[in-house]
Amino acid sequence: MGTSGSDFSFKTPERRMDALAGIKRRDFLSFCALMSATLGLGPSFIPKIAEAIEKATRRPSVIWLHFAECTGDSEAFIRSTNPSIEELILNILSIDYHETIMAASGEAAEGALQKAMKDNKGKYIAVCEGAIPLGTPPGPNAKKGDYLTIAGKTGLELAKEVCRDAAAIMCVGNCASFGGVQAQYPNPTGAVGVEEATGIPTLKVPGCPHNVVNSVAVVVNFLLLGSLPKTDKLGRPLFAYGKRIHDHCLRRAHFDAGQFVEKFGDAGAKDRWCLYKMGCKGPQTYHNCPTVEYNDGTSWPVKAGHGCIGCSEPKFWDNMAPFYERLPNIKLPGVEASADQIGFTLVGAAAAGSAVHGAYTFLNRKKFDPTLKDKEE
Amino acid sequence: MARHVIDPITRIEGHLRIEIEVENGKVKDAWSSGTLWRGFEVFLKNRDPRDAWIITQRVCGVCTTVHALASVKCVEDAIGIQIPDNARLVRNLIHGAQYVHDHIVHFYHLHALDWVDVVSALSADPKKTSELANSINPNAPDSGPGDFRVVQEKLKKFINSGQLGPFTNGYWGHPAYKLPPEANLMAVAHYLQALALQSRLARMHAIFGAKNPHIQTYVVGGVTSVADLNADSISEFLYILEEGKRFVDNVYLPDVLAVAPFYLDWASIGGGLKNYLSYGMFPGKGGKEPDSLWFPRGVIKDRDLTKVHPVDASKIKEEVTHAWYKYKNNGPLHPSAGETDPWYTGIETGKPDGKYSWLKTPRYDDMPCEVGPLSRMLVNYVSGHKSTVENVNNVLKALGVGPEILFSTLGRTAARAIETKVIADEMGAWMNELIANIKRGDLETFTDYKMPDKASGFGMTEAPRGALGHWIEIKGGKIDNYQLIVPTTWNGSPRDAQGRRSSFEEALIGTPVHDPKQPVEILRTIHSFDPCLACSVHVIDPVTNEVYETRAI
Repeated sequence: MGTSGSDFSFKTPERRMDALAGIKRRDFLSFCALMSATLGLGPSFIPKIAEAIEKATRRPSVIWLHFAECTGDSEAFIRSTNPSIEELILNILSIDYHETIMAASGEAAEGALQKAMKDNKGKYIAVCEGAIPLGTPPGPNAKKGDYLTIAGKTGLELAKEVCRDAAAIMCVGNCASFGGVQAQYPNPTGAVGVEEATGIPTLKVPGCPHNVVNSVAVVVNFLLLGSLPKTDKLGRPLFAYGKRIHDHCLRRAHFDAGQFVEKFGDAGAKDRWCLYKMGCKGPQTYHNCPTVEYNDGTSWPVKAGHGCIGCSEPKFWDNMAPFYERLPNIKLPGVEASADQIGFTLVGAAAAGSAVHGAYTFLNRKKFDPTLKDKEE
Repeated sequence: MARHVIDPITRIEGHLRIEIEVENGKVKDAWSSGTLWRGFEVFLKNRDPRDAWIITQRVCGVCTTVHALASVKCVEDAIGIQIPDNARLVRNLIHGAQYVHDHIVHFYHLHALDWVDVVSALSADPKKTSELANSINPNAPDSGPGDFRVVQEKLKKFINSGQLGPFTNGYWGHPAYKLPPEANLMAVAHYLQALALQSRLARMHAIFGAKNPHIQTYVVGGVTSVADLNADSISEFLYILEEGKRFVDNVYLPDVLAVAPFYLDWASIGGGLKNYLSYGMFPGKGGKEPDSLWFPRGVIKDRDLTKVHPVDASKIKEEVTHAWYKYKNNGPLHPSAGETDPWYTGIETGKPDGKYSWLKTPRYDDMPCEVGPLSRMLVNYVSGHKSTVENVNNVLKALGVGPEILFSTLGRTAARAIETKVIADEMGAWMNELIANIKRGDLETFTDYKMPDKASGFGMTEAPRGALGHWIEIKGGKIDNYQLIVPTTWNGSPRDAQGRRSSFEEALIGTPVHDPKQPVEILRTIHSFDPCLACSVHVIDPVTNEVYETRAI
């Protein structure tokens, strides 16, 4: 063992990894069951998931990049409990570059990145966190993308360099997926999602931050089938973004019964009534929060009495705000448009198919439930 | 004289570049650069003031919740409302949980690898490691020889796989690492324990706050989780808190005490600035600030530990001599008169007046100040804050040193651990107050209000990394101007017009550097501040409300 970080290496590269090292069999199988359920694969897939992970000869290399972001998605990732973050780091993945947790800094960090890219060319998973600023700051020597530089490169240069040779690119959080918080009007830095910046298609696990259950499920899908899960037109995996919050919300019965919270802290709030009138964007938002929840299934916004802000949707900072105004926020002559119609207009054509379907069911139900209309008005 | 650049600095939040000039094996000069700008104040303009906390919370996902808190406070101050007592208590509990979680993550996952040689742990004797652990603390959990053997086997297997993951290219074997193999193995075991623990501790946020990171339970006027003020949630919270307290008492603090004697030279390195600023936090009953704050507000000047001066917010000013902005006239300017005029020049550390950072340079009463756990512990200590005095004295006694060692890299790291204990020990009392309210039938969590057409307000609190202030101007019921001055702007900013350095740069002066290509010593001091760059890189929205043009795409 030398004193130099850069010449430190071990020799046994292509050795078979026993992915179960350190994981109790029972925990491991319960993880496989959770993954199978999250991915909607059914119990018969549990042993297949276990087999896929156990047979991996080399842990897949992960290169995790940070762009314009708050590190909330890295924090979300290290909250993983099933499998635990320790299992992910030591036994399932090889997280070869991740600025928040890696030991090396500066040149040594840069060296780790170059090594991971070279050793795993075409095979690594690039995980992107944060948006790419494409704007050019005013000033004498400024060039495109200078709002963010890492090791002297712009975020854009780094993203292109790393994404080019990745086997798969997973955007975690709304920023990497769609530009996120900094891309809201007037988008002073010209921030966009990684796909838009690089022109390379990415799989997106949006949310603010994303739910680690979903990012881990994507990785498992990749290990199991050697491919990425089926996505919607925005590139979001259908297993997590195929249904609206509203469709499987625990408070849905109160919506159907016309029981709404009218003011925070009121009697309805104490009884967990529907938050639609408090600005909940659940009817426009495709995400599996109500079923997987956050932090090991502890809670999620609607459970905590706060409306959904639509954080899995593109441009939600503009389209879903003001967050405490009920949708529709736009008054139509004589009648208020349904939430679904407005969602369709705002979210745009990409989500059209599902939104139209949502609108259809909503309108039909309303037709047969006159009390709902009365309650709403 | 050789210049060396460390970019990126890792194990921090955000994007930081440090440049150092080394002479005779010591840092002679240093330049700290924040290398990302996102423009929060620009896009906050014209938004609904009720939405500001949701937006500003996204400033930082590591010290999540603190911007949310400063933001609801500044809007409530503008409207002129008091929140119900239950809302105050839920916010205190969430704020406290932030410290218990974040400081542990910082010590073990962001800072420990500066002191702990992971590879050396492979040659430790598990039996001796167990003896060491038990000699430091007989209550240490999972500290039998078998426990350490399992960890060592795990580590061996991982390293033998040839895939070193986050440990790739670490500075293993560097002569600045002083711990014996047994202490290294113990620390690695605790690194892994803390990794599992932090996801459980984060559930304290989720119980009353929906999720972590980025809680979704605050609103202007109170909190929304009224339905969760029940026995189930409270007992679950207390159970997790107890787990956290046990870890702080039996692992975190003992580890700091165990490691410190090997690194006592670091008690006279990295001192940096001599002024310490804290806004105080944790409002008491009635919520009046700063009077009711459990952690007092104050500033200590020139390391004079006999006096705490009151904080006058009008004395906070910022300037941009070395930051990538231009002022129309000369600064410094009070935030309420701030200007937005980015001016990117590239890194100009070679020029005497060169610009090199997206961070502005804040000064209090024309003084550079350090902010963070050390500042809070000093302000508390000198103010006679009972549990702080007690815990600081305990640590100093255990190490056999005087309070002067606190002015250092090691002191900063110790202060963070002490603070974790002080806060964790108090949280149960807040929960008891909440329980007493609920027992009385008081479930009030929200104060109703009408958004004024025109108003201004400010909210001051403390983030784990230091003093945090939000200022708002409301016009036409919308945000006209929103400003943030955040901890790492104080600590990580470039020097001012008079050439006076801020905390990071000043603290690096005199730091020994064995090999600039393996700057483990630099990382120690920088990490002792727990940098949070996403927080610090802002511009102040101008009074003119100008949104400058970009030449995007």
